Amino acid sequence: MSDTQLPQGDPKGQDSGVHPAHSGPTGAPTPMADRPDTASTDDQSSAHQVAEAAAQSSTEPKPVENEYDGADRETQPAPSHDVPESFNVTVIVRRYDPEVDDEPRWVDYDVQMYPTERILDALHRIKWEQDPSLAFRRSCAHGICGSDAMRINGKNRLACKALVKDFDISKPIYVEAIKGLPLEKDLIVNMEPFFDSYREIQPFLQAASKPEKERHQTIAQRERFDDTTKCILCAACTTSCPVFWTDGQYFGPAAIVNAHRFIFDSRDEASQVRLDILNDKEGVWRCRTTFNCTDACPRGIQVTKAIAEVKQALISGVKL
Amino acid sequence: MAETSSVTDGIHYHQHDVLIIGGGGAGMRAAIEAAPKASTAVITKLYPTRSHTGAAQGGMAAALANVEEDSNEWHTYDTVKGGDYLTDQDSAEILTREAIDAVYDLENMGLPFNRTPDGKIDQRRFGGHTRDHGKAPVRRACYAADRTGHMILQTLYQNCVKHGVEFFNEFYALDLIMTETPEGKRVAGVVAYELATGEIHVFQGKAVVFATGGFGKIYKTTSNAHTLTGDGVGIIWRKGLPLEDMEFYQFHPTGLAGLGILLTEGARGEGAILRNASGERFMERYAPTIKDLAPRDIVARSMVQEVLDGRGAGPNKDYVYLDCTHLGAEVLETKLPDITEFARTYLGVDPVVERVPVYPTAHYAMGGIPTNNDAEVLADNETVIPGLYAAGECACVSVHGANRLGTNSLLDINVFGKRAGNNAVAYAKTADFVDLPADAADGVVKMLAQLREGTGTESVAEIRKALQETMDRNAQVFRTEETLQTALADIAKLRSRYPNVRIHDRGRRFNTDLLEAVELGFLLDLAEVVVVSAINRKESRGAHMRDDYPTRDDVNFMQHTMAYRTAAETGASQGIRLDWKPVRVTHYQPTERKY
Repeated sequence: MSDTQLPQGDPKGQDSGVHPAHSGPTGAPTPMADRPDTASTDDQSSAHQVAEAAAQSSTEPKPVENEYDGADRETQPAPSHDVPESFNVTVIVRRYDPEVDDEPRWVDYDVQMYPTERILDALHRIKWEQDPSLAFRRSCAHGICGSDAMRINGKNRLACKALVKDFDISKPIYVEAIKGLPLEKDLIVNMEPFFDSYREIQPFLQAASKPEKERHQTIAQRERFDDTTKCILCAACTTSCPVFWTDGQYFGPAAIVNAHRFIFDSRDEASQVRLDILNDKEGVWRCRTTFNCTDACPRGIQVTKAIAEVKQALISGVKL
Repeated sequence: MAETSSVTDGIHYHQHDVLIIGGGGAGMRAAIEAAPKASTAVITKLYPTRSHTGAAQGGMAAALANVEEDSNEWHTYDTVKGGDYLTDQDSAEILTREAIDAVYDLENMGLPFNRTPDGKIDQRRFGGHTRDHGKAPVRRACYAADRTGHMILQTLYQNCVKHGVEFFNEFYALDLIMTETPEGKRVAGVVAYELATGEIHVFQGKAVVFATGGFGKIYKTTSNAHTLTGDGVGIIWRKGLPLEDMEFYQFHPTGLAGLGILLTEGARGEGAILRNASGERFMERYAPTIKDLAPRDIVARSMVQEVLDGRGAGPNKDYVYLDCTHLGAEVLETKLPDITEFARTYLGVDPVVERVPVYPTAHYAMGGIPTNNDAEVLADNETVIPGLYAAGECACVSVHGANRLGTNSLLDINVFGKRAGNNAVAYAKTADFVDLPADAADGVVKMLAQLREGTGTESVAEIRKALQETMDRNAQVFRTEETLQTALADIAKLRSRYPNVRIHDRGRRFNTDLLEAVELGFLLDLAEVVVVSAINRKESRGAHMRDDYPTRDDVNFMQHTMAYRTAAETGASQGIRLDWKPVRVTHYQPTERKY
């Protein structure tokens, strides 16, 4: 964040005339092929992935069916030792207020940004300096609370983890609500169906015994489900899933990730119950392995791998 | 179990035995106790899993002695000394004694703690936690990588799902209803604003638990979430109830420079070192025995001193370095993965090979709503308000005194959240509902209408920014009479502008413009209490460092500040009356604090 007083940009017309492929106010699906391209951005970084980063060209659109390879933004060599220059960025936001609008509209805003700032900073600048009516959720602003998942240039990210410098700012940046959940206002969707699916997989430890102290667990047993404990329930994965877009009844990746977290926990005794739930016609078998979820996860969870492990457990039992 | 709801004149009415305000760690821990025994509603501004408990990283203290010798008594001593002898010692004894079961409770609920080679909960070092009364750092912090708070929040939410706790998500509590009865003032309920619809809900309850978190957003550089605006503490304040020790605000030493994003003290617990521009391990000069693992107030002050003395790093010499490079990639990736990622993402610095620029960041309110050891809210130094409870950061028991030790807050929310839940449900079992006044919702309806329909020209964002900047400049790690008076004058000006704020969003649904305006009102109220309390404490103790009174003065100031809002508002200033409350001492007489 910067102390510098920034020049105020004027909000432009009500409608920029730019309409990337999208659909109506219910947040119904956008076909993958029609998404505003992901080519203008690099992938979001995660600790593990940066360490093993094998640079992938940022200009090459990723084939959807490819396995996510963990390629990420390169680690920058130096901290912010030099005072960076600010530049103008056009951010085009899909606005919708059901009290006023018949359907969503794209509104563009010019904002002065520094390269190390986040898309969340751009949204705040719009809200605090240009149009206070813009509505979005946010809280922690550093990728741990999961409030600000949104679709940025056609890809689900947390606005607080999407850095401006990772975008091609010669083009506008498109920001819209995540898809597949009912749109409430601007960038806010109704999260209840998402949490309903989560609650349905019985996301709590089930064990009959009540030990005097802690239950024991080896380091390896604890490691077995470590990845899926990172989930912050932001819904970036579930709302990037083409199956979920077309079938809102599908449990979706996040619910399966949270089932995985308990199925592979050596302390839990209800794995079979959860596996039975996920063996349902709206369960894991609906996954088409497009890897969108893994790609979207801001926590770097190997979501598709977790789903595959649940499928495997249904076939050959849980291997702890 | 009582549980009803209805709508009259556009206002929704609900009835529950226990009302819990806030869905973070303390609120959900309370709910897990209360919900199985009585009708319980959690009213929360955020989805519970968005709460800032989830941002806590390093650990939760408990003398389990899983990896080396430890005792509750050592933990109590450290907590009292860490709090610079303003800690109420009987409260600290409860905290450290019940810590053990609090950790086992969480493990039994499913929390995936890191493990020792023999399968027990692993423990790491943390600032100010020592063996045998300060002899050396001790491994006391139970942890789950560097996302312990995340795992606590998830585990508590999971268990709320298990117990079928009823949540009112994105309901913003704005008023506490108290009714005068022949037995004195009694809690009757809570008024909340539903963010999705803009509708008003009145919740009648026998017992009310405040678990609303802190108010770090009075500062600009802070580890706190945007939503931490002190609403709950502000509601209590506006009811004329006292606030305790508000001048004690903790600055966490290691915020990412310029951003304030938290890097856990657990990094230093794992061996990371603070260095100045020339690479010197400067904490050896300030705390020769435990060095980088001194308590936060001392480390934060030392860092600022290095910068003031010209030994800061960077183009403006305005930060120091956290050096993790000798820890190795494996320790960073397995025990500190999140902070490693934060440094990479937000500063473009890789802690595996580079030093990370850090500077103190506003982090935690030691002060807040005064309670006794049963989490009952106090109307003065002794009088309990029947049926009203508070726990977690919004409360002041006081277990943290003048400076909280790292890992004692995740402990606090579990120990006192549980106590609040248990005591609230026990009270609700014996008490009757108190009648709601007919105009219960009027205050909130009027306040919102005034804001929403105002025709002023002031910007909420500008006033908030000016508030945060003056607090950063004038009421931060080092304070003087002059800087504090400057802050007070600035706040008075901002308060006079506040009634003229303009809300641009005139709609009902998800009106976050209106929400931010209401939040700003609480921030302004609380910032003034912080500054007025700080002016009044003419000594230096714990996190409250007065350059003009640089030593601790136990003769005059070893007592808690109690601030009351009086009816006498003068211009832009609230009427504030200050009083004192004795510190409860059991075993530890104050001595000079050296580490």
